[in-house]
Amino acid sequence: MKKSVEELKTISTQIRRDILRMVCKANSGHPGGSMSSTDILTALYFNEMNQNPATWTREGKGQDMFILSAGHMTPVYYSTLARAGYFPVEELGTFRQMGSRLQGHPSIRKALPGIFQASGSLGQGLSAAAGAALGKKLDKDNNFVYCLCGDGESEEGQIWEAGMFAVFHKLDNLIAMTDWNGKQIDGPVAEVAGEGDLAEKWTAWGWNVITAEGHDFESILKAFELAKAGKGSGKPTMILFKTEMGHGVDFMAGTHKWHGSVPKPEQLEDALKQLGETPLGDF
Amino acid sequence: MKKYTDTGKKDTRSGFGVGLLKAGQADSRVVALTADLKGSLKMDAFAAEFPERFIQCGIAEANMVGAAAGLALTGKIPFIGSFAEFVTGRVYDQVRQEVSYGKTNVKIASSHAGITLGEDGATHQTMEDIALMRALPEMVVINPCDFNQTAQATIAAAKYVGPVYLRFGRPSVPNFTDPDEPFVIGKAIVMNEGSDVTLIATGHTVWESLQAAEALEAEGIKAEVIDIATIKPLDEEAILKSAKKTGCVVVAEEHNMAGGLGEAVAGLFARALPTPVEFVNGADKFGQSGTPSALMAAYGIDAAHIAEAAKKAVARK
Repeated sequence: MKKSVEELKTISTQIRRDILRMVCKANSGHPGGSMSSTDILTALYFNEMNQNPATWTREGKGQDMFILSAGHMTPVYYSTLARAGYFPVEELGTFRQMGSRLQGHPSIRKALPGIFQASGSLGQGLSAAAGAALGKKLDKDNNFVYCLCGDGESEEGQIWEAGMFAVFHKLDNLIAMTDWNGKQIDGPVAEVAGEGDLAEKWTAWGWNVITAEGHDFESILKAFELAKAGKGSGKPTMILFKTEMGHGVDFMAGTHKWHGSVPKPEQLEDALKQLGETPLGDF
Repeated sequence: MKKYTDTGKKDTRSGFGVGLLKAGQADSRVVALTADLKGSLKMDAFAAEFPERFIQCGIAEANMVGAAAGLALTGKIPFIGSFAEFVTGRVYDQVRQEVSYGKTNVKIASSHAGITLGEDGATHQTMEDIALMRALPEMVVINPCDFNQTAQATIAAAKYVGPVYLRFGRPSVPNFTDPDEPFVIGKAIVMNEGSDVTLIATGHTVWESLQAAEALEAEGIKAEVIDIATIKPLDEEAILKSAKKTGCVVVAEEHNMAGGLGEAVAGLFARALPTPVEFVNGADKFGQSGTPSALMAAYGIDAAHIAEAAKKAVARK
C-alpha cells in the first residue's frame, strides 16, 4: 500500500525522532548519515519497494531486496524496518545493547527480519547487491535489488569493481543509490579525499545515472520511477541523492560533526521539539 | 602395511574441475565465479556446459567475494575460484564480513596453495591461508590430498550448507585414493595402521607421509598415517585414538607453523593428551622461485624430512 507524500513526511519525521532517541538511549551510533538518508529509505519502504514483512525471507524470492552498504546507518534502517512492520517498534529501544537483535551494524546472526546481509565494513554491499541482482536474473525473478551507499564510502575501490561488474553483466534490475551528503567522519568529502563529480564518474562507468533531491519526496519518487524505466536498457542505475547530513535539526544539519556523535540530553530535547511530534508516536 | 599405488600423476586443481562439473550437473543452483583464472582453476568444462552459471568477474577479487555472497542470498551455491593468496589474504575482510559473518553459502576454491605453486615465487605462494581461514568462526577448511579426493571433496562442499574453504594445488602429484570414495567432511582417514608413531598429514604431504612410512618400516618403525583432509572441524577423536596407541606424532603440512594444522593438533594435545609432537612445515619463512619438488625438499616438507621427524618423535617417547 503506497503512502502519499503527506504520509511519507509524517513517517520520516517519526523516523528522525526514532534515530535521535535510539542513539541517545544507546549513547552511541551514527545519527548524521541516518538523518540524511531518512527520506530516501522512507520513500523506498513505504512507497517504492515490492516488499512484505509478513512473507519476508532472506532469499527474497518474489520480492524486491535492499542492502544497506553503508552499514553504520543502522538507526535509520532499523527504525524504517520497524515502522514498516518487520519487528515491534518497542524493540528500537534495545539498539546497541547486549543481546539485542539491533546490533551496531546490520547482522544476520540475530535473525532480525528484513536484514538480508551483514554490512559495516565499507564498500562491500554494492557487490552483494550486484550478486543478488544476478541471482534474480538467473531465476527469472523480475524484482529489483536496491542498495544504498555513502559518498564517503565510494572512496573504497570495491565500489568501482562492483560498478564494472554490474555493467558487464547487464544488471538493469539493480538500483543503487548514493546518499550524497558531501560529508564523512573527518570532514567534508572534498577535503578528505576529493572524490569529485560522482555523476560524471558513474556515467563514465556506463551506468544509467539519475540525480535527485534527497529531501524532496516528489523528486525521490520521480527518480525511482525513472530508475525502474531503465529495466530493459541493460544498464544498472545509480541515483545520486543530494542530501544534507543531520537534516531536520538546525544544529546538526550540514556538518560532519554528527556523523558518529550523540546529542546531549538538552540537545535531544531541542531536536525533538524542532522535529515535532507525530500521530505515530515514539517507541 | 597397506600399499598405495600412484595411478598417474594429476594436479588436484583438475580434480576440482571434475568435481565442480559433477556438482553442477547434480544441482542447478551451483554457479562458478572466477577473477580471470578460469583456465588455471580448471573451470572450462563447467563454463562450457553451463555458460549462464559461469560468472567471469575480471581481476577484481573483492567484488567477486561480495557478488558470490549476493548470489548465495538468492539461493545459489557459488564457488569462487582464484589462487589461494587472492581468495584469502587479499580479500580477508570480504570473506570475513560477506561469507563468514554473513553466513552465506559460498565455497572458496583456493588453488595454487602452498609452496608447490613453484616458479612464480613468494608473492603467489601463500603458506598462511589455513591459519587465516581456520581463524574464522564456523569456517570449514578442507585440504584434500590428490586428484580423486579433491573431486569428491568438491562434490561434498557443494552439498554442505555453509561457508567452505577448499584448498588445493597446482602441480601434478601422485593420484592414489579411491575415486569412488565419497568425501565425508570432518572425518579423518586412517591410511595406514601402525603402532610406533602417528604421521598426521594434509594435502600434498599425505603422499609424502606414506612414502616416509614405507622408509620407516624398512627400519623397523611402524608408522600410522592419517589423512586430515578436513582441518576444521578437526577429527579430534581419530587423532587422540591414534596418539593413545602410538604415543608420539608428526604433523606434516605445506603451510607455515603459525596457525596451521600443526598448531591445531598441538592445541588438542595440550588440552586432552600431552604427547610429543614434531612439526614438518614451512616454519616462519616466505618461499621463493623453484620447482615444486626442489622447494619441498629445500623447505623441509618432503618424505625424507617426515621420516627424520618421526625418528625424533619416537626418541622423545
